[in-house]
Amino acid sequence: MKEWISIFFAAILTGNFVLAKFLGICPFLGVSKKVNTAVGMSVAVIFVMALATAVTYPVNVLLERRDMAYLQTIVFILVIAALVQFVETVLKRFLKPLYQALGIYLPLITTNCAVLGVVLLNVQNRYGFVSSMVNSIGAGVGFLLAMVIFAGVRDRMEQSSIPKAFNGLPATLVAASIVSLSFLGFGGVIEKIFG
Amino acid sequence: MKKEKEKLLPELTKGFLKENPTLRLVLGTCPTLAISTSVSAALGMGVSATIVLLFSNVVISALRRVIPDKVRIPAYITIIAGLVTLVQMLVKAYVPAIDKSLGIYLPLITVNCIILGRADGYANRHSVAASAFDAIGMGCGFTAALFLMAAVREVLGAGAFAGIPLFGGRMTPIAILILPPGGFFVYGCMIALANKLQGRPAKKQTGCEACNANSGDRNQEAEPRTPNACPNSNPDRSSPNAYLLPSDRSPNSCPLSPNPSSASCLLPPASSERGCEA
Repeated sequence: MKEWISIFFAAILTGNFVLAKFLGICPFLGVSKKVNTAVGMSVAVIFVMALATAVTYPVNVLLERRDMAYLQTIVFILVIAALVQFVETVLKRFLKPLYQALGIYLPLITTNCAVLGVVLLNVQNRYGFVSSMVNSIGAGVGFLLAMVIFAGVRDRMEQSSIPKAFNGLPATLVAASIVSLSFLGFGGVIEKIFG
Repeated sequence: MKKEKEKLLPELTKGFLKENPTLRLVLGTCPTLAISTSVSAALGMGVSATIVLLFSNVVISALRRVIPDKVRIPAYITIIAGLVTLVQMLVKAYVPAIDKSLGIYLPLITVNCIILGRADGYANRHSVAASAFDAIGMGCGFTAALFLMAAVREVLGAGAFAGIPLFGGRMTPIAILILPPGGFFVYGCMIALANKLQGRPAKKQTGCEACNANSGDRNQEAEPRTPNACPNSNPDRSSPNAYLLPSDRSPNSCPLSPNPSSASCLLPPASSERGCEA
């Protein structure tokens, strides 16, 4: 139990996917302009991450048993792509409101490196099933946290005057750097509390 | 064909500054930020990505008349993932040190926007030779930008170049540049510098940012002053014209333009591609 809590909080704070591991930077920079779109995207990411982990775990066990671990990358990306398509179809058919809320974000998630990243990290760290699930949900929640905080920061930034060359993306990146700096402050906290 | 041959040289050189994938088109940001902590890892990443890009462009260009338009994205992803697996095995076998420093970012080349972007935005409409030149140019541009950024971060942040200490202990390195915040900061500064050199701001709608922006705040990106641009009422997205690529130079080569009205959002209507060629 303690291990799971520690994995969960490490994935949110010290090992934040966006700000410490640089996974899922594209949606972080692209969809973080408004808080509600940021939340929508993040919820879709949490959903797909958890589902992808649940599906790829048995697949990976199968691959390793057959000594075909080298196929991981190709199998995982296809599983994720198929899964996203499947989820989208199911949601559209049976859960219209949820589809309308998450629908437009789902296709983008296929090529979101955070999803493939979390699956690969689970395999690399040799996590068991529960640890894998905890890690991927934690990673998703960390993504949500970073997105929401950053959406707030960008909101303020819109109104400030910025040197011409820095206008747009460069200023966004510098702001991201400062937000990332604040997450750096969590270094060692998880180990001290749960370690 | 003749015309294409004449244009091969610009295909090769455009990747360096004019259409540098990292600094101008802002594609493949994740590996750029994550791997630029040391020069050797950056070179390893750049070369691996260039090899994958070269072969994926060549294969996809060669198969461009065979792959049906409707399933082209899954087909591209499969081809790219296969190539990444090959490169991963080669790197593991011959340069295990690079494999260690790249970690999961090596398999993550599969979802690098540069590769899928070039596949869908360039290789599926050009000859094999032009696609190969385009891939080499883009790959070298990516490697050069990555190398430059890693050099800045490693020299200033660790006081070393490719692992060799430079200052002999006379200077305290600015360790923050090696840490994640430094990555964002140096990258931001480099894009600003590239903007300054080019004299115009980088395209706002680019690469994977564009396809994400499509999902919600395309309007906002275009007109930042519109306060309540509702993403769902965006007229741009519902028309197939939203997917039109004005020309090959367009960085909006992101294949994943979402279309909430169509069942398979992954695949923008085929008509838009046709329209593009016309």
